[in-house]
Amino acid sequence: MSDDVRVAVAAESDVLAARQEGRRLAAAAGFSGSDLTIIATAISEVARNIVHYATRGEILLRVAHLDGRPGIVVVARDEGPGIPDLEQALQDGYSTGGGLGLGLPGARRLMDELEVVTELGRGTTVTMRKWTA
Amino acid sequence: MTVPILKQGDHLIASVQSALSDAELTDFADELAERVGRFRSRGVVIDVSAVDLLDSFATRTLRTIALVSRLRGAEAVIVGIQPDVAFAMVQLGLSFEGVTTALDLEEGLAYLRRPKEGDLGVR
Repeated sequence: MSDDVRVAVAAESDVLAARQEGRRLAAAAGFSGSDLTIIATAISEVARNIVHYATRGEILLRVAHLDGRPGIVVVARDEGPGIPDLEQALQDGYSTGGGLGLGLPGARRLMDELEVVTELGRGTTVTMRKWTA
Repeated sequence: MTVPILKQGDHLIASVQSALSDAELTDFADELAERVGRFRSRGVVIDVSAVDLLDSFATRTLRTIALVSRLRGAEAVIVGIQPDVAFAMVQLGLSFEGVTTALDLEEGLAYLRRPKEGDLGVR
């Protein structure tokens, strides 16, 4: 879509840029207060996953609507190694990267919806959505 | 220095600025551990009131800093976690497990200055 905000993610400093853009767009979509921090935190987790596991990728952000309610869609896309066991990766405390294993399950709790499409050797796309109250 | 560390008597006060990079956070960990030894500090307050987001990496690093300080002989208190940040941390599944937290700098210093077992006049 033409009105996507795209943030290339290849280094940790891009993680900061992605969450700042996310916060800005979420405010434009009508989110406020703790929701802005919650959305930015979820973006931080999936952007960190890109840097850690795939080295590089991108975050796409856009405003969308569900039954007239505005919201934000966050797509984190990489062409990295893919996730060998997706079911495990969505469980708390599972990590192959030496982290806390909270990235994906944590982001799922922070957002309203989270979907993962992954293929070994091809990459991973995480799509998250959150709608205003 | 990206994280100012002030010495106040037996204590150190470190004020973490917003949006610190991972490298800056790691430098801060080294600097604080070194100063605890140099100043023979007994307590450390880590003030995060200017921080607008704590994700899993930042939380784990700050927790490590606090636990390292304790192993070096200085009790550590993390203060000033903003309400929005606290909400997001809880939903993400994060906590500063094993580390004392307090509302603000004043409460943190009061906690460090509380009478302790072994002090003169305290049983």
